[in-house]
Amino acid sequence: MFLVYPSIDTFRRSLMNSNSTEFVGLESYARVFAKEETQLALLNSLLWMIVFTGVTTLLGLLIAVMIERVWYDVIVKTLVFLPMAISFTAAAVIWRFVYGFQPTGFPQWGAANAALTTLGFDSHPFLISKEVIPFYGINNVAVIVAAVWMTTGFAMMVFSAAIRSLPQELLEAARVDGAKEWQVFWHIIRPSIMPTIYVVATVLVISALKVFDLVFVMTGGLFETDVVANRMYKEMFEYREFGIATALSVILLFLSLPVIAINIRRFRRQERER
Amino acid sequence: MRLQPDTRIQRVIRAASRGPLHLALIAIALLWTFPSVGLLVSSFRPKLNVATSGWWTAFQLPFEFTLENYAFVLFRRGVGDSFVSSILITVPATFLTILVAAFAAFAFAWMSFRLRDFLFFFVIALLVVPLQMTLIPLLNLLGFFKLNATYLGIWLVHMGFGLPFAVFLLRNFFAALPREMLEASQVDGASSRVVFFKIVLPLSTPALASLAIFMFLWIWNDLLVALIFLGGSPELVPGILPPVSADRGPLTLTIASLVSSRGADWELLTAAAFVSMVLPLAVFFALQRYFVRGLLTGGLRG
Repeated sequence: MFLVYPSIDTFRRSLMNSNSTEFVGLESYARVFAKEETQLALLNSLLWMIVFTGVTTLLGLLIAVMIERVWYDVIVKTLVFLPMAISFTAAAVIWRFVYGFQPTGFPQWGAANAALTTLGFDSHPFLISKEVIPFYGINNVAVIVAAVWMTTGFAMMVFSAAIRSLPQELLEAARVDGAKEWQVFWHIIRPSIMPTIYVVATVLVISALKVFDLVFVMTGGLFETDVVANRMYKEMFEYREFGIATALSVILLFLSLPVIAINIRRFRRQERER
Repeated sequence: MRLQPDTRIQRVIRAASRGPLHLALIAIALLWTFPSVGLLVSSFRPKLNVATSGWWTAFQLPFEFTLENYAFVLFRRGVGDSFVSSILITVPATFLTILVAAFAAFAFAWMSFRLRDFLFFFVIALLVVPLQMTLIPLLNLLGFFKLNATYLGIWLVHMGFGLPFAVFLLRNFFAALPREMLEASQVDGASSRVVFFKIVLPLSTPALASLAIFMFLWIWNDLLVALIFLGGSPELVPGILPPVSADRGPLTLTIASLVSSRGADWELLTAAAFVSMVLPLAVFFALQRYFVRGLLTGGLRG
């Protein structure tokens, strides 16, 4: 009732004009791909999918492997995991504060710029700057950093549990045989937790596609930081472009379809084993 | 290969070689704590200090801290009302979701009916339907029943979005319960209802607890649903009736609007943000074990 009917209705509307009164076929989709703002949002979401997913997965894995070898693992785990509990809205406030900008020469109250100026660099308006690093503005990366800060704890927790469930004798045996730590990781840990890495990455891809709150509060999608979900909100409630908004959401669904397939296949396999 | 006992020198070398590891971990721990501590410290500093110096300078004499920021946002900027509103939204919605999900999960796990497996696949497929797919039609639907911008309306919406995950998690837990026990009690003449309330629910407390934490955090931390179904401008959507109640939105909504209206008043923003973090953090610390367990069995919602 809350998902099925609306999804079908959304699909229907995506084939109609901007106020859903006339059937226009695929015109809205054509407009999505032709319009500069929506193109930008799609490209940025692509960046999110790749960079956010990649960095969060790797960092989570790295921390999970490292904390296995120290006695204060619980403390690090709790600290890294903590941001999971708070809202993206609060995180957005926290990171806007970190990125606070004053011109060079004035006292900096934003931590990022204070660090920069202390090291002798000029201060930098991180959330506004479109200064390009490969194809994207640095401000996109600044928002993604906040998302990584929030989500790494999730990846770390899942990986850490996966690593602990491995037979410890196996790891010990390899170490006794003189294997270096990175060899133990690469040849034993990595292959055996590959399925877990896969699951975490798909979860992260989906959340990258749907990211909204963080962009909405941190930049409002201005200065070329827009993403699909935020663009959709704008098209829907600011421009009343229902055709484009719904077309965007259908595109979002299609991008996440592979994950639906994976989920169902995995479930089928589990059921057979039951 | 035979293990050589460590000499003292070897042990020292090994400890030293682990130096970078400790350094990296401590750096990570600091990096992850630093932003939140900055927020917390700033929320207790006077306006002028926040705007002119970094929060890390607050720890030198003279110490200047104040509770004024909190008093101001709580009573003059509606953050106090929003706190109440967040609770009024989150608690019933969490309860409703779990109740309905538990019934459905029980049916999926232990009753046989036509199309059962098909329907359950369907629920799993729904796990990944992006919320955004459903917004406009749902808004119209709620408008049709005159439920827009009402508590009942937003409870139902949150329940709708939370159910697939909740049913999925609970069904898997219920299905793993020992079959003999359930069958034995049915042989003894217990009805499905008795089995559900007297056996299945008490046995499932851990699963119910982790689900409750998940739902609580999702709903408390949600901005999108609140923005669309409570705040924003509902009159923009064709076919929508005017809002029934003009209650204050939840904390996320209030903070988002504070950011756009008073984005430079950091002493207020930091205090408001911290108010919104208090309850989730308390829940998190109190019930971390259940939270992690739920995370590991269920994964994140879509």
